[in-house]
Amino acid sequence: MKQILKISTGFLMIALAFTSCNNGESKSNSALSSSAAEKVYVAPGEHDEFYAFISGGFSGQLSVYGLPSGRLFKVIPVFSQDAEKAWGYNEETKPMLNTSHGFIPWDDAHHPDISQTAGEIDGRYVYINANNTPRIAKIDLTTFETTEIIEIPNSAGNHSSSFVTENTEYVVAGTRFSVPIPQRDMSIKDYKGNFKGSLSFLKVNPDNGEMTIKFQLLMPGFNYDLSHPGRGKSHGWFFFTTYNTEEANSLLEVNASQNDKDFIAAINWKKIEEYVNNGGGTKMPTKYAHNIYSDETHTATSTMINEVLTVNPLEVPGAVYLLPTPKSPHGCDVDPSGEYIVGNGKLSANLTVHSFTKMVDAIENKKFDGEAYGIPILKFEDVLAGSVEQPGLGPLHTEFDGKGNAYTTFFISSEVVKWKLGTWEVLDRKPTYYSVGHLMIPGGNSAKPFGKYVVAMNKITKDRYLPTGPEVTQSAQLYDISGDKMELLLDFPTIGEPHYAAGCPASLIEANSKKLYKLEDNKHPYAAKSDADTKVVRKGNEVHVQMTMIRSHFSPDNIEGIKVGDKVYFHITNLEQDYDVPHGVAMIGANTSELLIMPGQTETFVWEPKQVGVWPFYCTDFCSALHQEMQGYVRVSPSASNIELSWSLGEVF
Amino acid sequence: MKSIVIILSVLLSISLMSCGSKEEKKKEGFSYEQKSKPESTAPAKLKTVLPSERVDLTNKGIGPITSIEINTEVSQEMALKGEDIYKKMCTACHRPTKKFIGPAPLNILERRTPEWVMNMILNPEEMLQKDPLAKDLLAEFNGAPMANQNLTQEEARAVLEYFRTLK
Repeated sequence: MKQILKISTGFLMIALAFTSCNNGESKSNSALSSSAAEKVYVAPGEHDEFYAFISGGFSGQLSVYGLPSGRLFKVIPVFSQDAEKAWGYNEETKPMLNTSHGFIPWDDAHHPDISQTAGEIDGRYVYINANNTPRIAKIDLTTFETTEIIEIPNSAGNHSSSFVTENTEYVVAGTRFSVPIPQRDMSIKDYKGNFKGSLSFLKVNPDNGEMTIKFQLLMPGFNYDLSHPGRGKSHGWFFFTTYNTEEANSLLEVNASQNDKDFIAAINWKKIEEYVNNGGGTKMPTKYAHNIYSDETHTATSTMINEVLTVNPLEVPGAVYLLPTPKSPHGCDVDPSGEYIVGNGKLSANLTVHSFTKMVDAIENKKFDGEAYGIPILKFEDVLAGSVEQPGLGPLHTEFDGKGNAYTTFFISSEVVKWKLGTWEVLDRKPTYYSVGHLMIPGGNSAKPFGKYVVAMNKITKDRYLPTGPEVTQSAQLYDISGDKMELLLDFPTIGEPHYAAGCPASLIEANSKKLYKLEDNKHPYAAKSDADTKVVRKGNEVHVQMTMIRSHFSPDNIEGIKVGDKVYFHITNLEQDYDVPHGVAMIGANTSELLIMPGQTETFVWEPKQVGVWPFYCTDFCSALHQEMQGYVRVSPSASNIELSWSLGEVF
Repeated sequence: MKSIVIILSVLLSISLMSCGSKEEKKKEGFSYEQKSKPESTAPAKLKTVLPSERVDLTNKGIGPITSIEINTEVSQEMALKGEDIYKKMCTACHRPTKKFIGPAPLNILERRTPEWVMNMILNPEEMLQKDPLAKDLLAEFNGAPMANQNLTQEEARAVLEYFRTLK
């Protein structure tokens, strides 16, 4: 036994010698540390340790990655039509993209945030904002599907969104652009003093995650850039960075950079909630869509709402204060304890950190430094916890590792800088390739970060990958932050602009991931839940086909009696009740996308045949060895034809 | 030249119109090595028994069911429940009394053990890979695999009871 030990020790020494050779180039501290490749290698068939939900930026979608491998699992369609999954193309999901402006096929998705319980990520839902036509979506993490989209009225450039409070009491949506509220025909030059910025608090139903707009706080006409909730001791407050406190309406790159300091607005939402619950606030006529998708009917409904409750901050004394923060702060990040509020002044040389305790003290002792439109401005020196001196150029965002350290991105100097909370000293810095925007540590904006990795999401990639013409890939980078020094492990391409991300241990989500929809629970009005339910019904020139699909046939697969000028609805139910057996369907000449139907689900596409003939349809998702046999025909006759509707699934030869 | 084109087009359109809305005459198809029907081969050589007609009352199959008791009396209550499940989950591929995508369950217990039937319902993936009879059936039915409809053991048992009522 001893000998074996000796031998294995010997081997270990040799192995160590080789390892240290391999790592000769890296600046690793530990002789035992493995190579970057080993750290991100997830063997075939193995699962990643973390989920990362990375927004697709201007693609409007949300992508699901595994960390540390950087492998892409799914692109969840949210705000943009997706022909692959029929999102916004099939009859069931078209209402999801309805707004007060009508159907909108695209948006710009920015800040995913995972729901929390007691300050910790609970893995139930992801909320994400649409910037352009202001909306918040909810993605259910049992199905990884978008199940709700609510439009935000009185908002424009919905950017300081969609962050959740520590028990997911609220999802918050702040306007970037101030606008006339209510919207009206007025001169742009009269912006100053007349435009308002709305901060919307969306109450979340704890049972199903659904949102309703509880109130909108109508703030001065600044730009509200980013936000984060207080947590722990500061729970009940919400913090928003502002810029353009100059209230410029043109050439903002100059005119909104005049003031030495802008503000972080501190909102005591608990106080305002109490005010509203006691009948406070003013109901304002407006119009916004609230769209909800049901897993039972597999169908979305869109409801137009005509009223919103607004709150004037001056009517709730003690609820709103302004914390002076240097130079157009962008990110607004709160540390896991809730004590520190980091204002990433993007034109400032230093990083400003406010203290919640000092803020409360300053409020109690009325240490004010004037007011803006009646809202008290606290004295900068009296709320300042400290500043990180000259850490880099162009700070944007900060996340936390739960071990007393903060990590801030610097856009201009293109790096991630690690610094210590409380002492404000810079501990480490690593370059990014290139021009990093947001960063994400799983749980890094909650009370319980999982400080093993940080993902840097870059704005520019230039030469990092094989070129693909003028438009090159978008990209993120993974760093190991478990040691004293950060270590770059991996570059991986992303969809759209990887704007921001939310991550958490896979164990919080994996076990809840749904495998299929139960047929018996299918309440789609046109579901055919067995072969006996299949039929074709004519209502004038509308024809409804209730069809089933299973390996490897459609039922019916021969239909006659359709005429030119008909509007044919194919309602197709996937009868499979097994994991990972979706079927697709596509019809020649249909002016829409394919359908991709999960087991137990019903989806509908519309076909308006324009030409007489016999037209085939087929399964688009390779489903079985007989996938190529999964097809059917529809006979289309002239509009004046008197051929009766008939349908069949042939007998066996 | 122009006139030729015109004449041709007129002829073409007449021929097209004549097809018009009428039902086209059914043309005889052709046959190329079409699978011969069982009765036609019977007299010739040694009779090959199709897997679906093979009798094997010892093989219990592979899966969660190792032994079940069948009462001589059919439970009508259970059979009714089984019929309902069968209609919802199985009829896409199985007709009760005649061959369809898959074989008919009529008189199944004269050919199979009850355990084999239930394992085929509950554990088709493994059965199709490992059970010799299930493998032969897959070949007989053109490679259309038995789908796992995720029935519970109780549901599969009820379906089996329904099979006993088929005539």
